[in-house]
Amino acid sequence: MSGHVLIAALYVFALAAFLGYQVISRVPPLLHTPLMSATNAISGISLVGSLVTAGANYNTVSTILGFIAVVCATTNVVGGFVITDRMLRMFKRKDIAKKD
Amino acid sequence: MKIYFIEISYLLASILFIFGLKGMSHPETAKRGMHLAEFGMLMAIIGTLVHQEIVSYTWILAGLAIGSFVGVAMGLWVPMTAMPQRTALSHAFGAFAAALVGISEYYRHAGHLGTIEMSALGFEVMLGSLTTTGSLLAFAKLQGLVRGQPMTYRGQNVFNMILLAATIVIFVYLIFVPGSMPLFFTMAGLAFLFGILLVMPIGSADMPVVMALLNSYAGLASAATGFVLSNNVLIIAGTLDGFSGFILSILMCRAMNRSITNVLFGAFGSAATAQVGTDHQGSMREVGLEDIATQLAYAHKVVFVPGYGLATAQAQHAVRELADVLEKRGVTVKYGIHPVAGRMPGHMNVLLAEANVPYSSLYELEQINPEFPTTDVSVVIGANDVVNPDARDNPSSPIAGMPILEVDRSKSVVVLKRGQGKGFSGLENPLFFKPVTGMLYGDAKDTLTRLVQAVQHA
Repeated sequence: MSGHVLIAALYVFALAAFLGYQVISRVPPLLHTPLMSATNAISGISLVGSLVTAGANYNTVSTILGFIAVVCATTNVVGGFVITDRMLRMFKRKDIAKKD
Repeated sequence: MKIYFIEISYLLASILFIFGLKGMSHPETAKRGMHLAEFGMLMAIIGTLVHQEIVSYTWILAGLAIGSFVGVAMGLWVPMTAMPQRTALSHAFGAFAAALVGISEYYRHAGHLGTIEMSALGFEVMLGSLTTTGSLLAFAKLQGLVRGQPMTYRGQNVFNMILLAATIVIFVYLIFVPGSMPLFFTMAGLAFLFGILLVMPIGSADMPVVMALLNSYAGLASAATGFVLSNNVLIIAGTLDGFSGFILSILMCRAMNRSITNVLFGAFGSAATAQVGTDHQGSMREVGLEDIATQLAYAHKVVFVPGYGLATAQAQHAVRELADVLEKRGVTVKYGIHPVAGRMPGHMNVLLAEANVPYSSLYELEQINPEFPTTDVSVVIGANDVVNPDARDNPSSPIAGMPILEVDRSKSVVVLKRGQGKGFSGLENPLFFKPVTGMLYGDAKDTLTRLVQAVQHA
């Protein structure tokens, strides 16, 4: 990684941190559990790195570690999104909740 | 050409993630927001699959298939009461993946790494490893596999600090001498150990803070992976998660009037702090079910205050039934939710939403507190510290200054409790001794179901 790439990456980090602060602080306590499982699912994006490691055939150890990482990260992503959806479907407005 | 396709898919994913989280600001927009984020994730995965370094898809497809299967199974069948455990386990998976990618990158380059790469990789492996074991222990505690009480021993904090310092010294050494493979694996091992030691002294009641903190670490580990691989979508998604967890842990600490250091190193709820409670005069007044049913049936306004006991008794549906009968009689029913009620941020809201309670009936601490003086009956279900008036009245109490739900200001209070024992923190709760308070012992679900019948006949 050259100096320029690092600086660019730091810019991305700082702006994402700022944006994250702005977006997250607007989430009401009502939705804190779904928020946590959603951000958890999103941070499973490390799957992207795992995929390359598992498929690149660098060496046996890397492939094995990559494979385990893909399994873990996919569980994290899929499980996180499925359960976030499930939770959010339960939050109903008054008129809708009454009908059920 | 390929590289542009990959980068555009990552850019799109990053934007969709942000829109997804923005949707979380309201329950009505949250569902659509999540679909955007899911689509973003799919884009990022598809983009990655055309990466020029990937030569074989066997292991990738196998991994995706197994992971999806486990993920869907976990997502569909985990009960809402077990949400804290599931989230802790999920943090462990995510962090472990980040740690493994880091270890694999180090192994592949056999330590021939520049200063910047090595720094990022060190962060990734340290955060990933300690989050993995820390989350696993949190999972074990929440699931009841390990005792929930804080585990402490003499010199614990000193020992932990020395271990952390040793890990950091090795990390700094590796930045300058990245080739030393045994030291690298020692560092990873120490980080795995540190995760366990970090969560060991933390009691179940403090889990909301720890959950939020582990959430933050898992995100930062992903962001560090982004620095190692020079991948912006990883940096953005990881940072969003890292800051979300950080904000949540600050909110949780504020809701307990404690600092993060105090939560992490204070071993709250252990035998030492349990001694501090003041002796209370008088006795607890046990009341009859029929009396309470009559009180509820002829009340104008009733506020339910749920705590972790609601989750353990699986009583969320029974509460809703009681609220239904009361509302049919014209009683106004509201729910007062303390930010740290339960074992993770927002735990109670999800449980009540599962039982079909409309979200407009769920009130935050600041909204419901002014309403207690005009409330006829407050029903406390399996909550203790969050309604302890000592936090407000007794400056020498260990929980002094913690914002509470002021149920003792309402005209009458009913406390549904398993038995006469003290709550998790071991503190005496003067609320139980006040003249306005009546105690109703027994399993919350059972008591509530019998109350429903009694109210119908009232």
